[in-house]
Parts: sequence; structure tokens; C-alpha cells
Amino acid sequence: MATTVRDTIKEITRKHLSEGKGKCYGQCLTAVGWVGGTLPEMYEEEGMVEFSMSDVSNGSIATGIALAGGRPIYVVRYQGFQWYNLVSIVNYAAKSKEIWNRPCPIFVRSIAMEGGVGPVAGSSHHSLAHRMPGIKVISPMTPGEYEYAYECFMSDDEPYYVSEHRKSYDNTEELENIIHPNSDFTVFPISITRLEMKKLVELAEKENIKLSIIHQLWIKPFKVEDSWKITLDNSKFGGLVTDDDYVEGTASSIANELSLATGKRVWTLGLESRTAGFHPTVDNLPPSAEQIIKKLKQIKYGI
Amino acid sequence: MNKFKLETFKKASLCRHFENQVYKVSQNKHIKFPFYLSAGQEYIAASIYTILEEKGIDTNVFIQHRGHSHYLCKGADPIQLIDELLGRKTGCAGGMGGSASIHSHEKNIFGHDGLMGSQVPIAVGHAYETRKPTIVVMGDASAEEDYVLGALGWASTKNLPILFIVEDNNLSILTEKKMRRNWEMDKIALGFNMKASNISDDPLVIEAFLKDYNFEYPMLLNINTHRKYWHSGAGQDGNEFDRYEKELKSLGDEGKKIDEYNKLFIEKLWQQQLEIQ
Repeated sequence: MATTVRDTIKEITRKHLSEGKGKCYGQCLTAVGWVGGTLPEMYEEEGMVEFSMSDVSNGSIATGIALAGGRPIYVVRYQGFQWYNLVSIVNYAAKSKEIWNRPCPIFVRSIAMEGGVGPVAGSSHHSLAHRMPGIKVISPMTPGEYEYAYECFMSDDEPYYVSEHRKSYDNTEELENIIHPNSDFTVFPISITRLEMKKLVELAEKENIKLSIIHQLWIKPFKVEDSWKITLDNSKFGGLVTDDDYVEGTASSIANELSLATGKRVWTLGLESRTAGFHPTVDNLPPSAEQIIKKLKQIKYGI
Repeated sequence: MNKFKLETFKKASLCRHFENQVYKVSQNKHIKFPFYLSAGQEYIAASIYTILEEKGIDTNVFIQHRGHSHYLCKGADPIQLIDELLGRKTGCAGGMGGSASIHSHEKNIFGHDGLMGSQVPIAVGHAYETRKPTIVVMGDASAEEDYVLGALGWASTKNLPILFIVEDNNLSILTEKKMRRNWEMDKIALGFNMKASNISDDPLVIEAFLKDYNFEYPMLLNINTHRKYWHSGAGQDGNEFDRYEKELKSLGDEGKKIDEYNKLFIEKLWQQQLEIQ
């Protein structure tokens, strides 16, 4: 049976703890569910350390652990809780090396989900970290990508904001880019919107829209690869960045970088600019394949 | 002569003249950013590090603004501090830290990011990982930050080897404590099942509380003190009580000799550094 993202994270964590590379910290880690099944059933004496429910303190305590070289995996169960937790991570851990030559490497597992979780807890919030210097932001959605993210972290001395999504935890497949020599659009999906691409391609074929798909793993540092430039340059109508965050952040920043690199117009599609309610009729979900194709048709046909 | 009082005075005197000189130099516009002087409060740092030196305990220290005295009393390089205040690459924080974010690799002093009180949870995390004696210093205003309180609770829960020092000058800028709160930090710490006291900055009182403390558990001391200078020396709180002057008088000629020596020493250091282009 193929390995899921869930099992990959669990195994990485187990090894991190049992091989003495560091400990894992967070709130309610040892509760029923073990953070969506991503944690091995280990306790404090084995390195699975429960914090109190004080989010702002916790992010800062985890920063202190990182400053001491503890290489903490810090689990934030709802990405919206980063509004509390990031205080010292972006203001101390991310700046410590630059100001005092004291590296502060911390692996922040920032877990997104949506659907009935209301105005704060839902969706991704990587834009919060993205704007700050000294932190790396990566959004792995496959088992291979997660292993890569962890390996990068362990060979690096920077803080990592790892933008996860619970809906990726069952995923076993690696996501390959689709390069069309003369596409209508190149789509650059981020986070959970990447798992919509298979369906999007099917819908696009029915609509006679030729698509290239270039999956986005690294959010920061963001580098426009030459092959992406060529593909985007060859796309008749330009590009589209899709995200699980509000577009006034990461998506717009990446779209701008792509546009500057190619001169092509690059649109964005993410959460709608409104507050998410709890009921399905008032929720605010990431763009589906249907919503993305609708946007592409609007651009293509000018409607 | 009480040896402890004399040793403490030596450190306090170094700090007092350093800060007076910063103030003096700032009048000539040599310092290009806001600075935060610890004059008036120097007896806290002077007492703590004199006691710990006698006991042979080295500590990791987390400070925030008004931290010059902790830097100097722990034995960090005054020339690097001068250079830092002049914005030079040879400064203790490479010219990035200014006055508020000073640090020393050699003396295990950790810099501050500018968020008031953030050094408290960061110090708690550091102490959890290292299990080494740790001191974290905050003012009576930064003690009010919510993450300070959460960190105190976790330090107590995990029985960490950390000494929380609240330098209580009763003022946040110019807003008195009684205008901001009706509680005291020692009572908060006691509520977290931590040892705690509310004391004066008399070196003998500080000594009494620290002589038997060997960092086997967390403890908080709220130490009442008197600030001399406002931020960047924009004003002064007045000299209705000055611990330094009181101790200087009590030490007689020996005190005067130390005072004069440190005054000249610091003036010379500053002059020497200012002459470097």
C-alpha cells in the first residue's frame, strides 16, 4: 500500500524524537486523533511535549527551544491560530541569525483545514509569515514533498513555516507538472488547490481550454524557474495563481513575480474577500476546479 | 568594610558612569537612535552578578531595553557596547542591535527583538531545552504582557531553573503602575506555585534572597527601584532617592576612589572610541 502524507509525517516525527534530533511541542498533541493521525503515540518522556493553552507564550517558548538548538517540531493545529503563535517566530526566530548570528531553526507545522470551522481557524494563512524576512515557507502536499521539506529543514538553520492541509493527509501521489507547448493558461496552484488540478484538466479539456499546470511547493524563497517562464510566455492568455489563503498576500506576490519575469498577465484566485461563517451557506472555501474553470473562461472570453 | 558591598559598588559604579557618559555623548549627537539608560537601576544587576560570581554560577541571561547594566555587570565588553551605540560593525550586535537589542556570545547574554516581554517566554523555552541556570529580566510594564504570564505558568509547571527579575521602577514611560493595574507580580508568581518576593534594590536584601538560591526551581523577584533617565535621556525622574549615591556615601573614601576611577576609565574609553573614524 502506498504511503500517505499522514504516515510520512508520523514516521518523520517518530524518527525525529526517537533518534534524539529534537522534540515535538504543541497543544493537545496526545489527545484522541493525535493531530489527524500525523503523530506517533509517544509521550513527554519520549519527546512529545504538551504545552499549555497559551498560544502566544507557546510560540515564543518554542522559539526559545529553537534558540538553544533543540530543533523543535512545533505543531499548530489550526493555521488561523498563527495570528497568536507567530509573534516570536517571525520577530525573533526569523531575525535572530541576522541580528546576533544566533540561528533559531524551528519546524512550524501549520495545519490548514476548512469547512465549518468559522472565521479564524479555517484555511491557510501562510501570507502572514510570507511577508517577513528570515523565514522559509513551504507547502508540501505529497509524501515525497514532505520528506523533502523536513530534510531541507534539518540541513538548514532557518525557521520553516510548513503550510500543511488536512485534506492532503490521505494523498499518496506525487503531483507532476503538466507542460503544454501552446497552452491558453498556465496555472500555478498552491496548497490544497493543487489537489483540484486533476479535475481541472478534465474540465478544461471539455471546454477546449489548453492548460499547463506548474505546482508550487516553495512559497518563500520564491524563484521563477526558466522552464516556468517559457511555459508562461507561451500561454496565450497568461497565468493564474490559485491559493487557499486570501489573495492579498502570497498569491498576489507570486503573481507579481511571475508577471515581472515574463511580462504576461497573471491573475489570482483564492478565498473570497469576506469572513467565513460556520454554516455551509456562509463558509469561505478554497477555489474548486469548477470555480477555477469559470474564472479561466471569464478571462478567455472576456465575460 | 563589607566585601560584598564593595564588589557590588564596583560594578554599579562602572554602570553609572557608563550611562552618564552615554547621556553626555548623546548631547553631542554622536548617538543616532533612541537609547535606554539603566542608571538608577544598576544596583539590581550589580548585586545579582556579584552574588553569582561569588557562588561560581554562570547563567544564560535574557534582557530587554535598559539592559546596559546587565551587559556590563556580567562582564561583557564595554568597548563593543560603545561601538554598538555608535552603530558600528564592531559593536556587540554588529551595529544592528542599537541600545535595546544588545547581546554577548561570550557571556551568554541574549538579545531582545523589541517586543516588550518577549524575552520571558523565549528564556523559558531556552531554559527548558538547556536545563541551565537562566535569568530573565523584565520591567514592571513588560511584565504585564500576556505571554509573560503564560510563560511563568509553564516554567512553574516544568520546574525550570530560571530566575525572573522584575525591575520595578513603577513607571511605563510616565504612566504609574497604579494607573495600569491593581496587582503585583510576586502575587501572580505565587499564584503559579512559584517562590516569589517583592523587595527593594538594597544589595544586602538581594543577597539575602539569592545566597541560598541555586536554580533548582523557578523564582521571581520583583525588585523596586528608581529610574534616573527617561527614554533617550529626554528627561529625568529626579533624585529624591538614588541607591548609588546612598551606597557611595556609605563606602567613604574607598567608594570615592572607585567612583573616580570608573568615571575616568569610562570617559577615556568613550573618547578613545569616538576618535576612531
